[in-house]
Amino acid sequence: MVTPAKTIELFRRLSEAPGPSGQEDEVRSILRGEVEKLVDEVHSDTMGDLIARRKGRGKKVMVAAHMDEVALMISHIEKEGLLRFRKVGGIDDRVLLTKTVHVGRDRLPGVIGAKPIHLQEPREREQVIKLDNLFIDIGARSREEAEKLVKVGDYAVFTTRFERFGSGLVKGKALDDRAGCLVLLETLRALQQTPLKLDLYGVFTVQEEIGTRGAAVTAYDIAPDIGFVLEGTVCSDTPGTDPHGQSTVVGAGPAISIMDAGTIADRRLVDFLVATAEENGIPYQFRRATTGGNDGARIHLAREGAPTASISVPCRYIHSPVSVCSLEDLERAARLLTAALKKIAEGGLKL
Amino acid sequence: MKELIKKLVETYGPSGSEEQIRQAIMEEVGPFVDDLRVDPLGNLIAVKRAAKGDGGKKIMVAGHMDEIGVMVTHVDEKGFLRFGVIGGVSPQVLLGERVVFADGTVGVIGSERLDEPKDLRVEKLFIDIGAKDKAQAEKVTGIGRSAGYYRKLDDLGGRLVSKAMDDRIGCAVMIQAARELKKSPNDVYLVFTVQEEVGLRGARTSAFAVDPDLGIAVDVTRTGDTPKGLTMAVELGGGAAIKVKDSSLVAHPKVKELMTEVARAEGIPHQFEVLEAGGTDAGAIHLTREGVPSGTISIPTRYIHTPSEVVDYGDVQACVRLLKGILERRVEL
Repeated sequence: MVTPAKTIELFRRLSEAPGPSGQEDEVRSILRGEVEKLVDEVHSDTMGDLIARRKGRGKKVMVAAHMDEVALMISHIEKEGLLRFRKVGGIDDRVLLTKTVHVGRDRLPGVIGAKPIHLQEPREREQVIKLDNLFIDIGARSREEAEKLVKVGDYAVFTTRFERFGSGLVKGKALDDRAGCLVLLETLRALQQTPLKLDLYGVFTVQEEIGTRGAAVTAYDIAPDIGFVLEGTVCSDTPGTDPHGQSTVVGAGPAISIMDAGTIADRRLVDFLVATAEENGIPYQFRRATTGGNDGARIHLAREGAPTASISVPCRYIHSPVSVCSLEDLERAARLLTAALKKIAEGGLKL
Repeated sequence: MKELIKKLVETYGPSGSEEQIRQAIMEEVGPFVDDLRVDPLGNLIAVKRAAKGDGGKKIMVAGHMDEIGVMVTHVDEKGFLRFGVIGGVSPQVLLGERVVFADGTVGVIGSERLDEPKDLRVEKLFIDIGAKDKAQAEKVTGIGRSAGYYRKLDDLGGRLVSKAMDDRIGCAVMIQAARELKKSPNDVYLVFTVQEEVGLRGARTSAFAVDPDLGIAVDVTRTGDTPKGLTMAVELGGGAAIKVKDSSLVAHPKVKELMTEVARAEGIPHQFEVLEAGGTDAGAIHLTREGVPSGTISIPTRYIHTPSEVVDYGDVQACVRLLKGILERRVEL
């Protein structure tokens, strides 16, 4: 299968756009531009979630993918002009060192500095440098100079360029969850010409990485009958991991969740997705980790509750400046969701 | 009531797989209530209505149907199953234990060879269901399937031991109270909740739907009466425990008073409970919508979350009387 160049270009724009939790507007504007052509109504709520509705009679289905990414926030400016920062979402301290970042809306270039190896004590070399000892260098020579360019509270995001590599793989930042956003868009695109007996809500959520917050308010507002979550999820299929510790494998198809820290996937929905994948000859796998969590935690507990399941694109090295996923997994995830939604619209899901 | 308890504790039902236990409870409680329904997450809501024009309160009583367990995450070439835990299951307790799946398949939990006992972690354990290889294992189970402890009830003479007393004993107390409750001025919603063990999840959505005036959870609590155990005032045989506080809830003072008053007036053995770590469905109920005055009736239980949870039959009966006494009253809050 060959992914259309247009889709890859869209993936590049989504991946490279900065979208730290709480400031998702650039990502939202790309998505809005794309989704407006595909649905009946589009609106943003007070938190910034983007809700795309395809009106129809039938079950109310909410499909969520989050727009935000893990990032950094400037917390203090030192008198030497260096910026202290805090993490926004779960980032491993070990991946921060020496990375380049863009600070603030004007994408001011910066680098996360560290003492060079020549100047380190032998003991220092064996330790991970703590966040408190890291800083962002924006080339400013004094606090006064820095304050002209940045403010406390500005975000910093990784600068990774999106690229294709290997056979059908891509690498870039924020594939968690721009991959899910793209799957949602491509699903809505695939369904565009198909009449559906469904009230379908495609929801691009904010602030997932800091506590699935956008999903909480959108699920309350929509009150769906059924929820689906699209994610870029953990994968550790690299050497040194036992097969039972791998969680997911890149290239083996979309991963259907069974349980994570926030949700036990509805068994009926899991069986339904498996049957749908098998009927349509779509390879799939289970997400075999039971840790982590996603927007499903909020959706299934909103109001009186809604059966919820997750479909994920396996991504290596997530929550770091660069992650890797397979274009084929992404297409298969969209095909699986498309087939599942059609089947639900035809009354093929008994709950 | 012992037969009811035996039926409930021995039924399969880890969090997220409550179909069988829900069916068992429906059979037992159905004849004594006016309405039964199952909500989107699988909670069973049984309603016993007030006599017409009685103008009482809407009382939600919650006991959770689910039990802790394990879920298969991987099947290896030789047919061994790796798993994750559902709720507070410790690897020490699992070692050598037998577990049962929804279809009755039994497995035993084995461990990789460990250099040190302290290396024992869930990741080191696996389930052996007697399969010769992956294909044979996958005929009866697979990734995402759940299992619970495989244990029967034993009557130790006044004290009962089984898996899943947490919280089938609470469900039994609710069913028995419904059986004995002839008339109530209140609309009583007996909610048998799902997924309590993974975060009070069923109580949250069912409380939103029921929108009660008063919430009461019926659940187990720890005791301080075992050798060099927890320092805690609750003991087995000391009667129904009226919760004052745990990590999910400070009991509403009026609800606590109501419970105490009923216990005193009717001569029901009771004790007060302050639990340092742990929570019940009341933790979710009391924060629903605009807030719901809530409390908990606790059944003192030893060895919680092991396959051998012990309760005192006298305490259980005291809890039934206390719950029934509350439901019969005209409640002022």
